[in-house]
Amino acid sequence: MKVTNVDALRKIANDIRISIIETVYNAKSGHPGGSLSCADILTVLYFNQMNINPEKPNAEGRDRFVLSKGHCSPALYSVLARKGYFDKEELKTFRKIGSNLQGHPDMNKVPGVDMTTGSLGQGLSSAVGMAIASKMDSAGCRVYCLIGDGEIDEGQIWEAAMTASNKKLDNLCVILDNNGLQLETNIDEILDQTSLHDKFASFGFNVIECDGHNINNLIDAFDSAKQKKGMPSVIIAKTIKGKGVSFMENQIEWHGKAPSEEEYNKALEELNSNMLK
Amino acid sequence: MDINNKIATRQSFGEALAELGEKNNNVVVLDADLAKSTKTSLFAKKFPERFVDVGIDEQNMIGVAAGLSTFGKIAYASTFAAFATGRVYDQIRCSVCYPKLNVKICGTHAGITVGEDGATHQMIEDINLMRGLPNMTVISTSDDIQTKWATEEISKINGPVYLRLSRLATPIIYNSEEKFEIGKGIQIGNGTDATVFATGVTVAEALKARENLKEAGIDIRVVDIHTIKPIDRDLIVKCAKETNKIITVEDHNIIGGLGSAVCEALSEECPTKVIRLGIRDCFGKSGKAEDLMKYFRIDSLAIENVIKG
Repeated sequence: MKVTNVDALRKIANDIRISIIETVYNAKSGHPGGSLSCADILTVLYFNQMNINPEKPNAEGRDRFVLSKGHCSPALYSVLARKGYFDKEELKTFRKIGSNLQGHPDMNKVPGVDMTTGSLGQGLSSAVGMAIASKMDSAGCRVYCLIGDGEIDEGQIWEAAMTASNKKLDNLCVILDNNGLQLETNIDEILDQTSLHDKFASFGFNVIECDGHNINNLIDAFDSAKQKKGMPSVIIAKTIKGKGVSFMENQIEWHGKAPSEEEYNKALEELNSNMLK
Repeated sequence: MDINNKIATRQSFGEALAELGEKNNNVVVLDADLAKSTKTSLFAKKFPERFVDVGIDEQNMIGVAAGLSTFGKIAYASTFAAFATGRVYDQIRCSVCYPKLNVKICGTHAGITVGEDGATHQMIEDINLMRGLPNMTVISTSDDIQTKWATEEISKINGPVYLRLSRLATPIIYNSEEKFEIGKGIQIGNGTDATVFATGVTVAEALKARENLKEAGIDIRVVDIHTIKPIDRDLIVKCAKETNKIITVEDHNIIGGLGSAVCEALSEECPTKVIRLGIRDCFGKSGKAEDLMKYFRIDSLAIENVIKG
């Protein structure tokens, strides 16, 4: 069931943010910053774009999603729970011993997770393999892969990008969560990441830029990627790390730590007030 | 053993893979710009639509293979053993072994018997790396017949496999009726003076040593350990109990390979002194394969000497 109403999608994205904060708070560990930055992207993908059925998580012709930046599992788990792949209560077990919800996504433990990820730079290659397989079988699947802008430091991303364009994988849509920060600092201070548009274009991609927090923009970007034939697409989604929780926004320290009780209450208060708007 | 009829296991692998492609439509093959050397070119020629040459990007190759396997493909990813294991260890670990995906890592040109290319291309740490990975099955074949069997047999294992292959042409040991089983070593002879556990190219050397020792009145048995993980503990323990000396010989570092695997089995179930022949924790060097086997003391003469000594 596709959600097409933009206000409804916004509300879902806000729910996802609340769920991310609760999940990380309960676990007392995890990665809120990058999870919040990709919440709108995942919401549009899972509720508006992808051809999926939570009741048949292994259906052959389904679209696939690879969270290459696997540490943002709180966002993916929250979306999957909200879609009905598993009970929301399970989110409380995140990162705890015996849980299906490992720190990084495990495809054998969690229904709806299409690829195990965690070691950065590897997910895009898997997505390329899926896109090739879909073409071999004429299965008609679209493959989506979310990568981080810090993650593209990894050379394997660019190896996979070259294969994607060489094989003309127009069923592959890469989304770059361009929040501008990596674990240590601003991405530009680590490696030259200027001209992301030109970099991907020169690697043979159809490049689409959009506001990664604007639902309409995201829908248009995904629709436009679907139309492009003969080459893979990348959506460079401009985002804010920690988006939605003002004291986390653009703050390096919120890459990978859980909020205290006070911070948790403050974050929930802010996100809940959005619901009333 | 037919000493005059030699074939490299990479060649047997390539031929068997091309045959397997006919029997099983789900088999896909990946290579990293070395298809002519790994012999996956034989498959590529017959089934271009199921062959992916990713280029010289092995890390990516492993990930692409993993992705293909999620669609029900049996993905054989092949390149030189050095690049198929060491270079992509983390890709195999996180994208193949942890999710238990149906990817067969086929490393040709293993060991110092690569010869002239020298140390960078002489992979003597791959068994160590691959057998340390949970969910991984490790196979190292010794001749043409066994390699052809293994190439097809591993397609029936639903999970990660490392298949170790060689560049050096070695004698055909088995006849085509020989029955192999994953996880079961093959005992050749019943001698009680010593057991030589060998794998890959060293099996033929051990058999040569066995013939030569007969003339000196020494009767040994050779055990071909084609499956290094899971290893045949029962057979290893049985031989340790039945024979006077235990020797292991491998074209691999003595650390972490066949010798270590045999020692692990024996130390737990039947503590026994083991003499390990192999590369003694140093890198290889350029030279002719046969000369290098002699230099590094993994040839038949070295085996004879430790048994006599």
